[in-house]
Amino acid sequence: MSKPDQAAKTNWTLLFMGWLLVSVSTTISLFFSSVLEYEPCVLCWYQRICLFPMVFILAAGLFPTFDKSVIKYALPLSIAGGLTAFYHTLLYAGIIPESIQPCSQGVSCTEKYFELFGFVSIPMLSFIAFSTLVALLLILKRRTSK
Amino acid sequence: MKYVFVGLTCAVLVLAFIGGSAYYKGLQNEKYGFMAEENAELFVRDHSPTLGSDDAKVFIVEFMDPACETCAVFAPYVKKIMAANPGRIKLVLRYAPFHDGADNFVKILEAARMQGKYWETLDVMFKTQGVWANHGHYQPEKLWDFIPMAGVDVEQIRKDMHSPAIAKIIEQDMADVKALNVQKTPGYFVNGKPLQTFGSKQLYQLIKSELDRQYPQ
Repeated sequence: MSKPDQAAKTNWTLLFMGWLLVSVSTTISLFFSSVLEYEPCVLCWYQRICLFPMVFILAAGLFPTFDKSVIKYALPLSIAGGLTAFYHTLLYAGIIPESIQPCSQGVSCTEKYFELFGFVSIPMLSFIAFSTLVALLLILKRRTSK
Repeated sequence: MKYVFVGLTCAVLVLAFIGGSAYYKGLQNEKYGFMAEENAELFVRDHSPTLGSDDAKVFIVEFMDPACETCAVFAPYVKKIMAANPGRIKLVLRYAPFHDGADNFVKILEAARMQGKYWETLDVMFKTQGVWANHGHYQPEKLWDFIPMAGVDVEQIRKDMHSPAIAKIIEQDMADVKALNVQKTPGYFVNGKPLQTFGSKQLYQLIKSELDRQYPQ
């Protein structure tokens, strides 16, 4: 196999991993809201808005072969989602006082639903997912901008 | 090849979701079944208004709110199922006034009950709901115009609705709402089994399965 072929294959695999990440995250998010009936708060919705479309955007970048323009379209969404998740995580952890949070109606953004191993909260999971995705996209950006 | 790979991944995720829901619902059924056996008063309190025969073996427990639109839509549907199975079904109403101000309507209803006009008043409330509770915009002053249709003494209701006994009923019901994890109205339990996916067809199937179990042909 020639070198460019190998590189294209790695790019595809990296993007596939990104797609897998957002698809699994979307599935878990939908599971939380529709099966466990955890009501999503306002900040959760902002993150979902960034997350859900990426299932389709990243998938579109996988076919018929790896398309590097997917990076351009997916990065803004993942950064916006990541920033919201970061803010949400701080709010949830109590580092930012709840009084300045924007959600006054519906579910409180600091409502505790679920904590993996006792400390990994839903906003934290979201932050981890978004930042991993940003990292993956940045790696792809470097690999393709030669 | 790529298409198959990505397609298979999608299929795995969808299956995991479906499997996960089925597993979770199984767990919930078991949990509520246990609660219904061990802790029946969570579902039916002494103060709860009931409709239907005392000998009925199928208990429909409905957590409702007189200002909830879906509750109004479902009320005649449940009554129709009850009418089709005379003497076999008992309806128990519990209150879940989730929205701010919704408890006021429960208070009016309970005050009407003191005059023995509970079901009539509920009927009037459901029928005129579009006027006084249009899409969560509560206008209690408009409800007062309709209340006399139920044949009640309105002045007495205005006095009775603030009685501490009524406040206590709402408090107890809301505590049970929390214990049973009711998050939406109407929330149904049929012989302790929760309605897992919401819908009139699903509700009918749940009631039917309990009827078949309690009254084998």
